[in-house]
Amino acid sequence: MVEMVSRPYASAFEKYAAGNKDILCLSADLTSSCEIDGFRDRHPDQFLSMGMAEQNMLSFAGGLGLAGFRPFIHTFGVFMYRRPYDQLMASIAYPRRKVRLMGFLPGVTTPGGMTHQAIEDISVMRSIPNMTILETGDATEVESICEAADSIDGPVWCRVLRGSVPRLFDTPIKVGEMRELSSGDDILVVTSGICTEEAMRARSALQKAGLSIRHLHLHTIKPFDSKALLDHISSVKHGVVTLENHVTEGGIGSLVAETMADAGVGKRLVRLGLKDTYAHGGSRAYLMRYYGLDATAMVRGIEDLMGQEFGITEDDLDTARVEDVHSLVKAEAL
Amino acid sequence: MRNEKTTEEVALGIRRRVFEHSMRNNGGYLSQACSAGEQLAWLYNEELNLGAPTLPMIPKDFAGVPSPSNPDYHTGAGYNGPAAPEFDRLFIAPAHYALVAYATLIEVGRMAPEGLEMFNKDGSSVEMIGAEHSPGMEVHNGTLGIGLSTGAGLAYGRKLRGEPGRTWVFMSDGEVQEGQTWEAVQAAAFHGIDNLYAIMDVNDQQCDGAMDSVMEVGDIKTKFENFGAACIEIDGHDINAMRDAVKEKHDGKPLIILARTNPFHSMSILEERFPRLHYVRFKSEDERARMNTSIAKDLGVDPIDYAH
Repeated sequence: MVEMVSRPYASAFEKYAAGNKDILCLSADLTSSCEIDGFRDRHPDQFLSMGMAEQNMLSFAGGLGLAGFRPFIHTFGVFMYRRPYDQLMASIAYPRRKVRLMGFLPGVTTPGGMTHQAIEDISVMRSIPNMTILETGDATEVESICEAADSIDGPVWCRVLRGSVPRLFDTPIKVGEMRELSSGDDILVVTSGICTEEAMRARSALQKAGLSIRHLHLHTIKPFDSKALLDHISSVKHGVVTLENHVTEGGIGSLVAETMADAGVGKRLVRLGLKDTYAHGGSRAYLMRYYGLDATAMVRGIEDLMGQEFGITEDDLDTARVEDVHSLVKAEAL
Repeated sequence: MRNEKTTEEVALGIRRRVFEHSMRNNGGYLSQACSAGEQLAWLYNEELNLGAPTLPMIPKDFAGVPSPSNPDYHTGAGYNGPAAPEFDRLFIAPAHYALVAYATLIEVGRMAPEGLEMFNKDGSSVEMIGAEHSPGMEVHNGTLGIGLSTGAGLAYGRKLRGEPGRTWVFMSDGEVQEGQTWEAVQAAAFHGIDNLYAIMDVNDQQCDGAMDSVMEVGDIKTKFENFGAACIEIDGHDINAMRDAVKEKHDGKPLIILARTNPFHSMSILEERFPRLHYVRFKSEDERARMNTSIAKDLGVDPIDYAH
């Protein structure tokens, strides 16, 4: 059974930021929802409540950057780029301010529906010059995201998991690298964020079906090490399957597609994720199944790539975690 | 389609339903029922001119998002009746009040009580944060501050088409922190959109706690007036005050009614949870039991048997 870590960001951020006077913690009325309520209470001199006013907050952070501070902005990811996109561009990205954009509730990790679900943020961020993009897939990555982000000389977009988070890895994020989780030679599976756990759930069933899977987990989406990916692609016989908690346009599926096309790689690619659709509100497990982001979707994607069915059923997949929608580690049911 | 109950009875019914739901689910948007009960009861039970519902009393399951491949898509606005020229329209701008809004639909006979059982269930259209396909909703408002602008645009469009129906927006005071709210008011004033009406639940609360501790907003009545709205401030638990406020003359200006409310109104024990009232999840079985007993007494009902 996988170890579950409660609120890893809360302690990790406090450990990293407290006492570092160049770091300021900004919040937009979602302080406990972003697990920084303890930091606010214990380090009020480093905390700024900005209210529900994201456009101002983004440009304000740019100003703090100009004054030599490294602001860590906290809100739900979706509220940090959709409304204040212009401010993100003009005040932060263009002048390369060292603003750390900590976006919570990536993709379908919230039942809050369309207005709360950041499903196209990676696509947007990838197209912004000067932006670095990191995504967390487990508790260890959440625990190391602050230091990783703060090592970047420029703005950083981070997809942060909160609440009860599984521990899948035992080494911190090393910016620019990728994790090789298995080293097979039939198919390359590339995942990020919460989809990595799903692909891991499918692995033993796929092995039993006689498939040798090479599995990469991406925590650094931009900048991206194309050469390393191409080496992995050349190590497998059949092709690549990507799975992401994001629309398939512009995310890691697109990243892999572009890398393959640029290099003239003639292997098949199956991109899994939200297929040109908005999502709606519901539990994470329901949404991941409904929109094809889970272990079952990974199996079906591999069957598509191989052109054959392996008879793998739900029961063959490693047990899914069952999350309590009303868990005490979340501020509200969101 | 109205006046089977008094507005006071509807407000009480809303609170009883939200209370029962929150007890059974170990939490909910209880405080919003306290503050907004009278406002939503007044709008639906007497002030709004709405036609009969056009959607089934028991809500249909989620049927997909807008897309060219989903031609049967429709919003949840049919619970407010048809979008005919003579009828009023209503947006619930803070979609986090959805639980309270759904309870209101039930109390005024526009949705079956079974609808509330579907709240926040997987595959349901009765979403926790009201979506535009949720009962009584016509547009997405879960990103706060966009409701009044959409209302202003709809109201202006209806004015251009000569429609007599009004456009109402139920708002929350936290929304005034968003710059867009002020942009909406200045545009509504500039374009003389006087068929736009808003009633705002001024409960001084937001997700992080008391608004004064998160971001002070100052004298919003004066600010609204300076931006060009007609603005009147009332006791948000006084239904007669609402009846009078809406008579305020506002030629060429939107009318904004500031309903000053108490976030523990009729559930006094909630004050124990101040200043974290946005979403009340019971911290222990003991607290849940005490709240059950106390609120049931305040609302004149038996405690909820939530054990099963």
